[in-house]
Amino acid sequence: MTSIGTGYDLGNSIFSPDGRNFQVEYAVKAVENGGTSVGIRCKEGVVLAVEKVVASKLLKPGANKRIATVDRHLGVVYSGMVPDGRHFVDRARDEARAWRDTFKSPIPTADLASRMGGYMQAYTLYQSVRPFGITAIVGGFDSELESPVDGEVGQGPSVGAGGKAQDKDYGGPFLYMIEPSGLYWGYYGAATGKGRQAAKAELEKLDLNGDGAASLTLEQAVKEAARIIYVAHDDSKDKDFELEMSWISGTNGPTKGKHQEVPKALREEAERLAKKSLQDSDDEDDDKKEDDKMEE
Amino acid sequence: MEFGTSGSLNEDGIHVDMDRLKKGEVNLGTSIMAVTFKDGVILGADSRTTTGAFIANRVTDKLTRVHDTIWCCRSGSAADTQAVADIVQYQLGLFAMRNGKPPTTQTAASIFQEICYSNKDRLSAGLIIAGWDERHGGQVYSIPLGGSLHKQPYAIGGSGSTYIYGFCDSNWKEGMEEAEAVAFVKEALKEAIKWDGSSGGVIRMVVLTAKGADRHLYLPDSDYKIRHAT
Repeated sequence: MTSIGTGYDLGNSIFSPDGRNFQVEYAVKAVENGGTSVGIRCKEGVVLAVEKVVASKLLKPGANKRIATVDRHLGVVYSGMVPDGRHFVDRARDEARAWRDTFKSPIPTADLASRMGGYMQAYTLYQSVRPFGITAIVGGFDSELESPVDGEVGQGPSVGAGGKAQDKDYGGPFLYMIEPSGLYWGYYGAATGKGRQAAKAELEKLDLNGDGAASLTLEQAVKEAARIIYVAHDDSKDKDFELEMSWISGTNGPTKGKHQEVPKALREEAERLAKKSLQDSDDEDDDKKEDDKMEE
Repeated sequence: MEFGTSGSLNEDGIHVDMDRLKKGEVNLGTSIMAVTFKDGVILGADSRTTTGAFIANRVTDKLTRVHDTIWCCRSGSAADTQAVADIVQYQLGLFAMRNGKPPTTQTAASIFQEICYSNKDRLSAGLIIAGWDERHGGQVYSIPLGGSLHKQPYAIGGSGSTYIYGFCDSNWKEGMEEAEAVAFVKEALKEAIKWDGSSGGVIRMVVLTAKGADRHLYLPDSDYKIRHAT
């Protein structure tokens, strides 16, 4: 036997005596080696971004997308094992489709997160499978408008149906992160993968739920997402990377409620600003060093 | 679609199956309607159930709850419509538990439609779905025989409805007060009962608003004038 250890890591359905599932913890390790993914939820919508480490110079730039559309209003990005992520996305698409078949309406983001959380959790229970080697970030915008039943004919009274609760808002932007254990929470800002620590530190500085002037607009969120991916990237350790970004706004926003790739012009502008901001902070550090010298 | 061997092709080439109901099957030869008004929606129905010429039940309840403030009016085969309503009630109960919030009328209507459309060969069910929810207020959906779905300001259905198209068209108003809408439904159903041989008995209503469901009962003994306790 070459193996060492307690033996409690040999199967998925085995608890260690102190109540841990080692297979799930190893899956988390797989995620921690993946390229950084970030999700930002602001008042106007959701932005998803991912650091794609360029594995080979033979890969065509811009091809091999890592952010997937699950339904017209839903996007998913993940860190960790890419094939596992692809399977996760396939399943999410099936769930979204099945919801539309029974309820004749788009699946709310919270319901998709719940379904996919349940799906990932099931992969921690059986001897015959291993947990997903990904942490997925699910972003969506549930329509703020009154949506019809898909395919219905005709309409109600022209003044609108009576007895509505007044001054209530419905729908809006939502962001969830699902871990290999199946655990999921709703977030204002979410980060996972290699650079998650730095990314989370940056996300915490943003005002993502305020009503004031400081609260982020969607376009600012795109720029912040780009900057955070650049901050989280460690160029001393890693090779080159590509930045991939998508966004989802409400009906009156730039994407009209759809999940779409961020337009090239905006992405490039965001990348330019991200690089500039890194440059500036490097200069600041240099200044500080000089100050330090003055004090000696 | 399988056609029966009875009946005949009429001049338009439309096949009319005279034996759609099995021999002795209980039929809701009916007058039903649902109406949106200022604060929500009102469902109304007569109470006659027949097997052929025989009145099997003179005090039937054709207004069926599928969720707290989502109800349906049933017409056609009593067995079919009860079975469909039971399935939808189960589905909506499950939906509310899983999602921690009540379903919308849309949700109910789409489940009803899916069942009615995918089993159109086997069902004879004409349904009117009416519900109130916080987001959309009162709404009325009609699902006639083939399983299509129609959103309407108000809907009438069943054999008795043919006699009140004119009455409803000239008397229905948008945004009526509750008392006014109750009176409208009552008058319409009184006419339907008067002219339709397969409709009769008492008039039942359910008023759905933010306050919940409120049942009304009117008896022919007092010419449907007095609201009785249910």
